[in-house]
Amino acid sequence: MTAQPTADPALDRSARTAPLLAVRDLTVTFGRGRREFRAVDGVSFDVAPGQTVGLVGESGCGKSVTSLAIMGLLPARGNTIGGSATFAGEELLTMSGNELRDRRGRDLAMIFQDPLSSLNPVVPLGTQVAEVIERHKRVSRGEAREQARAMLDKVGIPDPTRRLKEYPHQLSGGMRQRALIAMALACEPRLLIADEPTTALDVTIQAQILALLKELVQDSETALVMITHDLGVVAGLCDEVNVLYAGRIVERAGRHDLFARPRHPYTGGLLASIPRLHEERGRLTPVPGSVSDNIPWEQGCAFAPRCSSAIDVCVQQTPELVPDPGHGPDRLLRCHNPLPAPPTAAGSGQPAEEETP
Amino acid sequence: MLRFIVRRLLQAVLALFVLSVLLFAWLRSLPGGVVSALLGERGTPAAAAELRAQLGLDDPIFVQYWRFLERALRGDFGISNGVYRGEPAWDVFVQRLPATIELSIVAMVIALTLAIPLGYIAARRKGGWLDTGSVVFSLIGVAVPVFFLAYVLKYIFAVQLGWLPPSGRASVGINATHITNMYMLDGLMTREWDAAWDAFKHLILPAVALSSIPFAIIFRITRAAVIDVMEEDYVRTARAKGLTARTIRGRHIMRNALIPVVTIVGLQIGALLAGAVLTEKVFAYQGIGQALAIGFERRDYPVLQVLIMMAALIYIVVNLLVDIAYAVIDPRVRTK
Ligand SMILES: Nc1ncnc2c1ncn2[C@@H]1O[C@H](COP(=O)(O)OP(=O)(O)O)[C@@H](O)[C@H]1O
Ligand SMILES: [Mg+2]
Repeated sequence: MTAQPTADPALDRSARTAPLLAVRDLTVTFGRGRREFRAVDGVSFDVAPGQTVGLVGESGCGKSVTSLAIMGLLPARGNTIGGSATFAGEELLTMSGNELRDRRGRDLAMIFQDPLSSLNPVVPLGTQVAEVIERHKRVSRGEAREQARAMLDKVGIPDPTRRLKEYPHQLSGGMRQRALIAMALACEPRLLIADEPTTALDVTIQAQILALLKELVQDSETALVMITHDLGVVAGLCDEVNVLYAGRIVERAGRHDLFARPRHPYTGGLLASIPRLHEERGRLTPVPGSVSDNIPWEQGCAFAPRCSSAIDVCVQQTPELVPDPGHGPDRLLRCHNPLPAPPTAAGSGQPAEEETP
Repeated sequence: MLRFIVRRLLQAVLALFVLSVLLFAWLRSLPGGVVSALLGERGTPAAAAELRAQLGLDDPIFVQYWRFLERALRGDFGISNGVYRGEPAWDVFVQRLPATIELSIVAMVIALTLAIPLGYIAARRKGGWLDTGSVVFSLIGVAVPVFFLAYVLKYIFAVQLGWLPPSGRASVGINATHITNMYMLDGLMTREWDAAWDAFKHLILPAVALSSIPFAIIFRITRAAVIDVMEEDYVRTARAKGLTARTIRGRHIMRNALIPVVTIVGLQIGALLAGAVLTEKVFAYQGIGQALAIGFERRDYPVLQVLIMMAALIYIVVNLLVDIAYAVIDPRVRTK
C-alpha cells in the first residue's frame, strides 16, 4: 500500500477540477398519464475538462435519451425533462433555442451510432464539414473549406481534397465515422458526446476509431462522454464509468476499479460478456432475461428479476445510489446485495488501486 | 451521367417507336378504314379507289408503315379534315403549342409555389389546424373533376363577378406583336404591358383550374417527404452542429424532401396534358388541348395523330429532363 498525500484517498480528477458538464437528477419522461414512461430517472454525473466518462448499459436503458436531453435534441413534443444539466456553469435545459444553437457544434458536439444515416446523402462531405466551421467561426467560405480539408486529414481520411467533393455513399463505414468525427471536432468543442460511435462498425475498424477518438481528445483536452453497451469499448478509454440500468445509474467507479472489482451483479454480467477480438459478435445478452422482466424502480430493484444475487429485500425496497462502503465517495452503488469484493491480488493484470482496503 | 442520358434517350426513342406503331395500327383499324375516314360523307367508290392508290394502301403493310413513319419524321401527318380543313395537321399543332406551354407553365408555377411551402409548413405542424385544413383542401383538389372546377371558376369569377375574361387568350381590340405565340411572354418581351396584362388575365382561371391536381399531389408528396426527412438521423446531426434553422431547412430537409417531389412533377406533366384538354375546352383557350377535344368530336384523324404523337414526345422529353434533374440533386443516382 502506498501512502496517500491527500486526506481523502478517493479524490479523483473530477473532484479536483470544477466540472465542465454537471448533470443533476436528470429525468426524461415520454408520454402522459397512464402511458407515461420514464426513460431516464434521476441520473447525475460530472465530466471534468479533459476527462472521459463512460455511460454503459444495455440497449434501451436510456443512454441516448440522456445524451440527447443534454444536447437539447429530443423531439420538441411528447416528453418532459426534469433536473439540471449545466455546461461551464450555464444551465442547458432551460436555455433558449438560439443560445443552445450557438453552443452546439462549437462548445458541445456529438457523434452518433450509425454513420451512414447520420450523414446527409445529398450534400458533399466538404460542405457538411465546412458548414459547422462557417457557422461558428468567423471565416470565409474558402477558409472554412480549407479548414474542413485539414480536419479530414487530421481524422485520417486519405486524399482529403478529393473527399471534400464526395458523397457519404462513396465512403466506407469507417471513413464515414471519421468524417462525422471531423465535423464534431471541427470547432474544437470542449465536450464531445459519442453515442455508440463504433457499434455499426466491424471489429478492426472499431479499434481504429476508438484509438483515433482517444488520440484526438487527449491532444485537445476535450472532455468526452462515451456511450456504449460494450464494456470492452470503455476499457481503453474511460477514466470513470457509469453503469445504467432501466434509466438509473446502478454503479459508478473508476475504470480500473470497475474492471477489477465489479460490485453490482449487472456490471458483473456485462464484464463477463465482453467480446474478445476475432470472436463472432452476435447480439450479446450479457445477463439472462431481458429488460421486459424489469419491475418498476418504485417497487424495488428493477434488475432483481434477472439477478442471480437477488434476495427478498430486492423486490421490496428501492435501493439507493450510495457510496460503496470502503471505496470512498466516488465509487457509487445501487444494490442491496452486491458481489463480494475479491482479494486485492486478483491477478487481473490491472494496476493495483490505492484505495483498496 | 452521359451514359445515363444516352440510355434514357434510347428508351425514349423506343417508346416513341412503339407509340408510332400503335398509332399506325389504330388508323388502319378505323371502322371503314382510313379512306372513308379521310373522305367522310363525300366518298364515292371512284374517289375511294383513287385515294387508296394515292395513299399507297395497296402496298404491303410494312411498306405503308415505313412511309407513315418517314412522313411523320418530316412532320407530315396529312391535312386536317376537321375544323381546320385544308391546314396541314402539323401547322395546327405548331400554332397552338405555345398557348398550351404557356398555360401549363403558369399552372405548374401556381401549383409549385403554393404546394411546396404549404407542404413544408403542414409537415412542421403535423396535426395542427393548418395541416388538417390543407390536407382536406388537397383531397378536394384531387377529387373534384377538372372540368367541373373550370366551370365553377368561370361561372363565379367571369360570369357572375365579371373580374376575369370567360374565354379565349386575348381580348378583342388588343393589338399585340407575337414573337413566340406565348401571349404573356410576348407582351413582356415587346413591353406591350397592356397586352401582357390582358394575356395574364385570360390565363388565370384556366391555369388555376389546371393547377388543382398537380397542386394537391405535390402538396401531399411534399408534406409526406418532409415528415419523413425530419425524422432522419442526418437532420439530428445538422441540429447537433448548431446550424441555423434556415440552413437545416434548405440544405438538410428540403434538398432531400424535394427528390420525390421532382419525380412527381415529371409524372404530373401527363396529368397536365390531360387536364389541358378539359380546361382549354371550357375556357375556349386555343391550345392543343382544345384542338384535341375538337379533333375527337370531328374525327379529324391527321390532327389527332400529330397531337397524340407530339403529346407523347413532350411527355417523354419532360420526363427525361426530370430524370436529369433528379440525378443532379441526388448524387446516389449520379455516381452509381
Ligand atoms: N421519442 C421517444 N418516444 C418514446 N420513447 C422513447 C423515445 N426515445 C426513446 N424512447 C424510449 O426510451 C428508452 C431509452 O431509449 P434510449 O436512450 O434510446 O436507449 P439506449 O440506451 O439504447 O440508447 C427506450 O425504452 C426507448 O424505447
Ligand atoms: Mg442508443
